[in-house]
Amino acid sequence: MSRTRIRSARVLDPSTGRDELLSLDMEGGRIVALGPDPEGVPDEVIEAGELWLAPGLVDLHTHLREPGQEYKEDIASGARAAARGGFTTICCMANTDPVNDNTAVTAFIRQRAREVAAVRVQVIAAATRGLRGEIMSEMASLAEAGAVAFSDDGSVIMDASVMRRVLEYARGVGRPVIAHCEDVNLRGSGLVHEGPHATCSGLPGSPGEAETVMVARDLELARLTGAHLHIAHVSAARSVELIREAKAGGVRVTAEVTPHHLSLTDEATGGYDTNTKMAPPLRTARDREALRDGLADGTIDCLATDHAPHAAFEKDVEYSRAPFGVVGLETALPVLLELVREERLSPLEAISSLSTRPARVLGLRAGTLEVGAPADLVLIDPDRVWKVEPATLVSRSKNSAFLGHELRGAAIRTYVAGELVYNADGDATR
Amino acid sequence: MKHLLGIEGMQPEEIVTVLDTADAMLEISQREIKRVPTLRGRTVINVFLEPSTRTRVSFEIAAKRLSADAVNVSAAGSSLAKAETLADMVQNLAAMNADVLIVRDRTAGVPRMLAERVHVPVINAGDGQHEHPTQALLDAFTVRQSLGSLEGRVVAIIGDIAHSRVARSDIYAFTKLGAEVRVAAPATMMPPGIELLGVKPCESMAEALAGADVIVMLRIQQERLDGPLFPGVREYARTFGLTQEKLTLASPDAIVLHPGPLNRGVEIATEVADAEPSRILDQVTNGVAVRMAVLYLVTGAE
Amino acid sequence: MSVPSSPSNSSTAPRSVSRVASAREAGRVILEAAGIRRATRRMAHEILERNPAPESIALVAIVRGGVPVADMLAQALSEIAGRDVPQGALDVTLYRDDVIGHGMRPIPHKTRMPFSVTGKRVVLVEDVVFTGRTVRAAMDAVIDFGRPEAIQVATLVDRGHRELPIRVDFVGKNIPTSRAEKVVLRQAPSGEYEVVVV
Repeated sequence: MSRTRIRSARVLDPSTGRDELLSLDMEGGRIVALGPDPEGVPDEVIEAGELWLAPGLVDLHTHLREPGQEYKEDIASGARAAARGGFTTICCMANTDPVNDNTAVTAFIRQRAREVAAVRVQVIAAATRGLRGEIMSEMASLAEAGAVAFSDDGSVIMDASVMRRVLEYARGVGRPVIAHCEDVNLRGSGLVHEGPHATCSGLPGSPGEAETVMVARDLELARLTGAHLHIAHVSAARSVELIREAKAGGVRVTAEVTPHHLSLTDEATGGYDTNTKMAPPLRTARDREALRDGLADGTIDCLATDHAPHAAFEKDVEYSRAPFGVVGLETALPVLLELVREERLSPLEAISSLSTRPARVLGLRAGTLEVGAPADLVLIDPDRVWKVEPATLVSRSKNSAFLGHELRGAAIRTYVAGELVYNADGDATR
Repeated sequence: MKHLLGIEGMQPEEIVTVLDTADAMLEISQREIKRVPTLRGRTVINVFLEPSTRTRVSFEIAAKRLSADAVNVSAAGSSLAKAETLADMVQNLAAMNADVLIVRDRTAGVPRMLAERVHVPVINAGDGQHEHPTQALLDAFTVRQSLGSLEGRVVAIIGDIAHSRVARSDIYAFTKLGAEVRVAAPATMMPPGIELLGVKPCESMAEALAGADVIVMLRIQQERLDGPLFPGVREYARTFGLTQEKLTLASPDAIVLHPGPLNRGVEIATEVADAEPSRILDQVTNGVAVRMAVLYLVTGAE
Repeated sequence: MSVPSSPSNSSTAPRSVSRVASAREAGRVILEAAGIRRATRRMAHEILERNPAPESIALVAIVRGGVPVADMLAQALSEIAGRDVPQGALDVTLYRDDVIGHGMRPIPHKTRMPFSVTGKRVVLVEDVVFTGRTVRAAMDAVIDFGRPEAIQVATLVDRGHRELPIRVDFVGKNIPTSRAEKVVLRQAPSGEYEVVVV
């Protein structure tokens, strides 16, 4: 068994609040020492040169597309993209083909992930059979098979009575329900945020209220049922207010925001780039401000990428025909670091919202550098500048909202259970 | 002028250049031999991915009067109707060796997306709810023909502002040429932020019409609407239809425009459509001249 | 004949001609107002000699330099023959061989042809004939309006250097020039016309 030391890194461990220059030793897949000058003789020493050392990042919202749509992404390629982005745990959504609404698919994904994935893959199973919003899935069995949460994601459960029963049942099973809050009737044919930019571009708009009415409904149902409701990809300012009020009122609610909603606005849709088409849509600068405030004050618990790979030929079509969604695993960290540079978040808060806090939302054993914890960690160069181009993305799909952008910050080395799974300056070992 | 994608990006002088050129083109259509050799041997492809008869025919006539070969690619019966990437579409069109592409599509932005990918001029013949620039140019031309100038004129645009590409292009064109533009619509058809385009949203049709020199009546396009945006044609005709009685609110010399085809008895009463202030047939005539001007100007750009 | 475009579409365009031409450098006067009057009057006589039935004659000015010349010719013809001849104005921009296809895009002017050319003896009127390309374009344009009995060409100045087999029927003055020179008809500050080499 070999011992690896990462020497003199700026250790950022939100689970303990540590932010200091330390060295970390790992051995046997676990963190075995953390201190200014750990005892013992390492077999290998990585000179960190004051790069950041953080717990491996955790993504609660990833679409891996396997089984069924491997031309967009598969478990192996998605996990490679995750490792490149500094993630060591990703949670995959249920809208595969076949849908992950049964233990066979859940077991398949977990088995496949053990075989081919560079990072840990957790499974989110469907809340209702076939994502149809009618009959709930076998949540107890799915939880036994390893599902960490339930969600129909973009196939919104429009029937409030079904949503109520799903929340109740999930509470009994001890798992959260992740809700994509969007009233599909109010959205109508909307493709972008309804506002002056949509008025100019002529693209059909969907108001923020398509989200907020569902956030309000689901918060009320969470209050009614006592279930843990996790609200996916919050996009509207008013949603942040509603969640803040609900939290103050004792509702068991957590929430996530995507990097693109934190960074971009509906102004970006003016050029008809289909990589600005996602659900929920990019909203106004005012909404973006509220999302940043919500993340900073903890109303929004964490970031989640909503990594949604689509093939180039699917996106290279008219705006109306393009599928919703963008990839995000590889750009999340640098996009969030922008808020650190703007002093909206401390480095520790930024790392927390990508690791410790999402881990806590789902109760995952991740997001900490404490001795004894799995050696899932990432070495980060917060100042490395790179350009987002199809050729520089590891994901099988290149549908990034940040194509052409110069981003600052990158994972340099990613370790899962002490194993190097990504090395920016060399070949990944798996 | 390399492409004509929208009025939004045009300078007022560019608009005037098109109108001046159209002035000379108008006479060609009155000749016995309605043809000049200017675009001899050039191929103009009408790519109409949304059904349209009058705009397509107008472009086709315009191309032919300039001696270009006009070819129509329509949605029905073409591979373009099926799922095809823009890259494939571009390659197909390039293989046809077009010199100009005229593009009509259901989705906003398609002409622009094509223009970024092809090496020939692209003319937007209407994209989704975005723009219909040649309609706005012919509207401006018709107003100039009747009233001499747009400067200081009051233009009232009435109807489904939210879903109308004509409204957007007209707003840009009229405001750039110095007119004061008012818009009126049922609240369900008024898009958010319209005032940022430099127009005055009016609560009622009467408010918009008061003293107006130009009245643009938009067609109610039920097929494009998501759901019922108004209770029915009877109420619409009563509240936002142009009748002889409402016409008296406008300036005595006011002219009436409509992009066609007309819903008689809905947005416009028959006695108004056929009366002296109506310039609806002039618009059709002028449309050919304006489109000739646009074809002439875009084919000259390097 | 190299009058650049301007927005005016009036058939009596001398004011614009003057404005454009006088914006240039002074130039050498080769035909002054009295000479122009004598030349146009003589050309009017020649036109009537060649075309004995004055009612069949139509003057078609090539926009824009030909317009004031046609006006002067029309006046002379009216005085000599005792009757007005029909007058048109032809913009040949859309027929020019340097515009056909992909090329420069001058703004065309209005064409005015308020009579049928069929059966008429059409006299194309130009201020300066040079390469012959404009006259070629004008002949094509006239033929698009109908079938004239004959087309003839009258010009105030013929400066040679033909690039096409175009013959001028009525010439005010033959003026040998170098290719590089420009010859223009313009209005002097007095309001009188003159032809200058610049």
